[in-house]
Amino acid sequence: MNRIDRKVLADQLAPELKRVERRLLLRSGLSLGALTMLTGCNLSDGDAVDRALFAMSRFNDRVQGWLFDANRLAPTFAASEITDPFPFNAYYPEDNTPEVDGDTWKLEVSGLVQDKTPWTLSKLRAMPQASQITRHICIEGWSAIGEWSGVPFRSFLERIGADTRAQYVGFKCADRYYSSIDMATALHPQTILATDFRGAPLPDKYGFPVKLRVPTKLGFKNPKHITAIYVTNDYLGGWWEDQGYNWFSGS
Amino acid sequence: MSAAQPARIPLIVIHPLVVRVTHWLNAVAIVVMVMSGWKIYNASPLFGFSFPGWATLGGWLGGAIAWHFAAMWLLVVNGLIYLAYGLAGRHFMRSFLPVGPSAVWRDLKEALTFRLVHKLGTYNAVQRLLYIVVLVLVVGAVVSGLGLWKPVQFQGLVGLLGGYELVRRIHFVAMAGIVGFTVVHLALVAIVPSTLWAMITGRARVEVSARELKS
Repeated sequence: MNRIDRKVLADQLAPELKRVERRLLLRSGLSLGALTMLTGCNLSDGDAVDRALFAMSRFNDRVQGWLFDANRLAPTFAASEITDPFPFNAYYPEDNTPEVDGDTWKLEVSGLVQDKTPWTLSKLRAMPQASQITRHICIEGWSAIGEWSGVPFRSFLERIGADTRAQYVGFKCADRYYSSIDMATALHPQTILATDFRGAPLPDKYGFPVKLRVPTKLGFKNPKHITAIYVTNDYLGGWWEDQGYNWFSGS
Repeated sequence: MSAAQPARIPLIVIHPLVVRVTHWLNAVAIVVMVMSGWKIYNASPLFGFSFPGWATLGGWLGGAIAWHFAAMWLLVVNGLIYLAYGLAGRHFMRSFLPVGPSAVWRDLKEALTFRLVHKLGTYNAVQRLLYIVVLVLVVGAVVSGLGLWKPVQFQGLVGLLGGYELVRRIHFVAMAGIVGFTVVHLALVAIVPSTLWAMITGRARVEVSARELKS
């Protein structure tokens, strides 16, 4: 087979492979370590360079973990400074935003937690709420100020009896997005399971019914349409992280 | 001139080893930082243009960021070694100072009328000023870059510089200045190619005056 044929075949197979990956992903919950190894980090310019850059990225994860101050709050802003309209952003165009039914939606909780009972939206809303006006910074460089409200993630984790000595918390989303964060950030006072944007339920495009708001990390570490939360000591990666974005991506 | 004449001009070290090594490592770091930085810029252009793809590094945003955040360590660690040497070893004092406005004006006029003689081993006033400016620009790029990398952890710094969105622009201006310097720098090396060899071997045949020998 010549080079071009192989390229064509690879292009034809790519979407199918992606589907298989996703199915594997869904079936295996969030244990993506092996998948990460298989797909590599796609940083271009050859394997040795990829490996070196990947090693530097892991080094940068450690440096950022060390720089992260659990008590330092992200700057907050006045309501008049909120960006309007707040930009939509995802790995797909806005038309493909999933429409989740809030009445049947359930939030699954698993891994190193004591109470694995699924959560409903009303049960989440019954928890003590917190609100913040903070800057969302995209890895692309742009930023926008928004207002999010919901359950402080720390109190949620305490409520489900999560082992807060575990290393990671992973998220699985209705749009097949997935991501994971370090436990120190999960316990940060401004990390919230947001159900509202600007005082009203999250519109679909901003992540209905629940998104994780993490003002101490870049935007792509703020998963939307969350359907499952997983507490673990196994590295989980993420949709972008597995393609080469730096995992910690702290602000 | 007789054939024996050059032998009387001694071959001396005009660029110490530390300066040469840090210069070339810095050159690599700057090229990687600028090219990957242009790719990152293209993901969300601040101004009404994008950089051409061929001039960028990383292939896509994730790759460019991986390059940028790897090369930043080379830039900073190498830069700190150079700064420590320049301050402690009196390299800055000897090579970049003094630099007064009248000397800059005089040398600039001579340079623009092609009358300024390039003397290996001694920087004229325009060179001194440019090297000081680019040093400040690189420090500015690093400091603003630190603010962009960690706008929450280093929020004091970001606040001092006027906020996140302004820091993006400062970072861009510092880059533009560094690129502008590099263009002039390379053009001058092309005009006086012996400077390139001197930055590799460190040595050049220089007529040394009694005054310069003292310093």
